[in-house]
Amino acid sequence: MSAPHTGQFCVLLLRRQLLLAMRRPIDIANPLLFFTMVIVLFPLGLGPAPDKLASFAPGVLWITALLSNLLTSDAVFRSDFDDGSLEQLILAPQPLFLSALAYISAHWLTTGLLLALLSPVFALMLNLPGSALVTLVVSLLLGTAVLSLLGGIGAALTVGLKRGGMLISLLILPLYMPVLIFGSAAVQAAVTGAPSGPYLAILGAMLSLAIALAPLAIAAGLRISIDA
Amino acid sequence: MSLSTAGTPLLTAQSLGLVRGGRELFCELSVEVHGGQLWHIEGPNGAGKTSLLRILCGLSRYGFEGEVLRSVTPLYLGHQPAVKALLSPRENLQWHVSGEGLYRDERIDIALGRVGLCGYEDVPSHTLSAGQHRRVNLARLFLSSARLWLLDEPFTAIDQQGVNETQSLLASHVDGGGAVVMTSHQSLQVKCKVHTLSLRHGVIA
Repeated sequence: MSAPHTGQFCVLLLRRQLLLAMRRPIDIANPLLFFTMVIVLFPLGLGPAPDKLASFAPGVLWITALLSNLLTSDAVFRSDFDDGSLEQLILAPQPLFLSALAYISAHWLTTGLLLALLSPVFALMLNLPGSALVTLVVSLLLGTAVLSLLGGIGAALTVGLKRGGMLISLLILPLYMPVLIFGSAAVQAAVTGAPSGPYLAILGAMLSLAIALAPLAIAAGLRISIDA
Repeated sequence: MSLSTAGTPLLTAQSLGLVRGGRELFCELSVEVHGGQLWHIEGPNGAGKTSLLRILCGLSRYGFEGEVLRSVTPLYLGHQPAVKALLSPRENLQWHVSGEGLYRDERIDIALGRVGLCGYEDVPSHTLSAGQHRRVNLARLFLSSARLWLLDEPFTAIDQQGVNETQSLLASHVDGGGAVVMTSHQSLQVKCKVHTLSLRHGVIA
């Protein structure tokens, strides 16, 4: 019996994580419900004037997406740490950073992807012009992937702590900021009719950088957390 | 990863030393584990058995003195069973994160049968007891092709019959040229020779 190839193992981990997520649908629904509730609160707080809402919409949508991502990033490695699976993953002969990438991919597929696909519905609720919807979805697709990768670093570093929730926010919120700035700027540009391409390109560049470097940081973080 | 010859040790530890909370748990501990050996690490609670095992398997990489060399990838079973409550025992073994192998259904059925979980293959693991979780974990011993087993208290929460069966499994693994390093508070009743490593008050007996 030979060990599975690295590629096979990553696919196996991805399927395992997705199946685990499907078995607990509430974990998938939670961030989406949070997103919905917060979006619904804004018209109540800011007043229902359509013009006003439209001007706030890009920022509101992006901040809410960011917070709902922050809400779930703590849980990426938590249950595996609690039941000892993480020790086994670290001892696996396959490279840990690719395994970490599989975990993050599963996390993004069950949070960021769904949120980006659902976002047009909420955008219409906030009276975001229809012309900006495509940009919104694309910017969220790219941006939430970066957020998942960055959140993974925080999750890996704090997984050994009993109450890591607050610490993880402090650790990764500064890293989230550039994503928020360029993400909401892309949508804002689309609203005003300016080209949003450059902003999306920068988000794409951030994603490339995060895919290349974050898994290494996550792997190192996991080793430190298990060692401690 | 190549199979080592009989002459080279599967695991070599050179002058290991560990201090925890100002107390020296062990120092200058050197051990060579060859194929065909069963090592029993014993000592009272807090003697450093688990810490030693974690150093030997490579989970602890810093904070100790000395050097550990592994010539094969070991199979490590820790305190926690690494069994996902949301997956069935079969799925747990099929999709295990240890990345040891992709097992066919028949082999998993046999392994689960050997640990007394026949009929429980496809029920969600959260309906199983703590002892049955540990048995799912022990089923990995039947599937694994690793030559070196590092087992941390493998008999915890296992009933007497299960303990006897596991002990005979360990003996047959050792007979087949494998090696076992384990911690346990129970005395071992196995047919093969048991090498004992005693951690008591920081003194290596």
